[in-house]
Amino acid sequence: MSALLEIEDLRVTFPTRTGVIEAVRGVSFSLGRERLGIVGESGSGKSQTGRAIMGLTPPQARISAAKLSFDGVDLRSLPAKQRRALRGNRIAMILQDPKYSLDPVMTIGRQIVETLRTHEKVGNAEARERTLQMLEAVQIRDPKRVFDLHPHEVSGGMGQRAMIAMMLIANPELMIADEPTSALDVTVQLDVLNILDRLVADRGMGLIFISHDLRLVSSFCDRVIVMYAGKVVEELKASDLGRAEHPYTRGLLDCMPRIDADRHPLPVLDRKPEWAA
Amino acid sequence: MTSMLRVDQVKVVFDHFRALRGVSLDVAQGESFGLVGESGSGKSTLLRAIAGLVPVASGKIAVGGQVLGRKRDKEFYRKVQMVFQDPYGSLHPRQTVDRLLQEPLAIHGFPDGEQRIRRALDEVGLGSGFRFRYSHQLSGGQRQRVAIARALIVEPSILLLDEPTSALDASVQAEVLNLLEQVRRDRKLTFLMVSHDLAVIAHMCERLMVMQNGEAVESLAASALGTRDVSQDYTRRLLKASEGFVRT
Repeated sequence: MSALLEIEDLRVTFPTRTGVIEAVRGVSFSLGRERLGIVGESGSGKSQTGRAIMGLTPPQARISAAKLSFDGVDLRSLPAKQRRALRGNRIAMILQDPKYSLDPVMTIGRQIVETLRTHEKVGNAEARERTLQMLEAVQIRDPKRVFDLHPHEVSGGMGQRAMIAMMLIANPELMIADEPTSALDVTVQLDVLNILDRLVADRGMGLIFISHDLRLVSSFCDRVIVMYAGKVVEELKASDLGRAEHPYTRGLLDCMPRIDADRHPLPVLDRKPEWAA
Repeated sequence: MTSMLRVDQVKVVFDHFRALRGVSLDVAQGESFGLVGESGSGKSTLLRAIAGLVPVASGKIAVGGQVLGRKRDKEFYRKVQMVFQDPYGSLHPRQTVDRLLQEPLAIHGFPDGEQRIRRALDEVGLGSGFRFRYSHQLSGGQRQRVAIARALIVEPSILLLDEPTSALDASVQAEVLNLLEQVRRDRKLTFLMVSHDLAVIAHMCERLMVMQNGEAVESLAASALGTRDVSQDYTRRLLKASEGFVRT
């Protein structure tokens, strides 16, 4: 299987007044049509990795990579216009909180139609029809009603489904989901993951699932990359998470409270400087 | 055991929306009690009703055996302290930690503020180096420690905790939960804790109440979660959801 996405030695640095901050320091991985999880704490560089692939790194940041290619296209040297054509069309991104990432003054239906018509030449009626179908595909029960609602009129779970619909409408080949369920209730979380899982499987997409929740990622993804201080410290099959070797991965797993275990006090992470080296 | 906090058929109404439809609970002195449920279940509203942040439409709340009236006295606002979910929103952005901690002391007329501030920062593991920082110079976990210090500095007997760790990383969550357990032991505090995370509640509390749509679904001992000894379908669903994703 040829890789959909290949990354070698990706670095993202931010120049600041007090010096250069290295957010991502040499990340390499390749992705086929599979579900890859990227896990780490805040500040580990997992979101910046996702944004660099998407081409959404802030302008003041510097990106360098030995290789950054999507389906054979070199993303490093791609002109902005072609990058834009790729973004939202072949590579899509789901963001964390639908409250902030949907346009508050546009109805949900119009936002999805806008995405579709940016990438495909379709008429109004067809765009509306396809949007309704997509809303139905993400299990929104009454798509006609939701089409005309504004984002503030729907719940978090519904907003997140609408965002997934918007991202899937152009049939992307690669989906980057940055904490797609962290703002949702546990029960809704599973519904949204179920939808995402089915769509990824049906369409044969590649999925990068970025999250801080190691247990959720391991139950959802095929493969997991663990990041610490801008670097990949461990890469393993999701089913082998219990056999993780790096002390950071073990620490992350260990410090979560469990329902069926009585551990007082909870073990805390003892960060070693050599992990970041 | 003596009752520290008793809530009796409390109802809260926002315009026409009934956020709490008659909820009762009884928390003993020194106990840690958990509230779980999805967003909109009324768990936070119950906490805010007890704290006096939302008006109670009907029902009774008693702290230490004393029924609270419409207007609560100053002693109540010292005895009952709250820690909020969002450590980024609950600290004044233009006040230093020192100033933040001085305010409750001034309000309640505590003497020897200097010493108390130093002790409070020590207690939450922050040391005096943090005393003159602004909240934007702190990490999420450090901010939550400041919020806990601010609650503890006036020597309360009840702590209301509204999702105190849900905005934090797992590793930082463990540190803050350990800190909360430590201060509860040291100061013999009573906790009422809200969380959507069953594992956190099972870890921190002895008993809990599951809520949905402004009503209590069931009350149970935290140990019953471990043995799956629950009677309501909704609780079972929450338990199942907390185990992670299962491919169907």
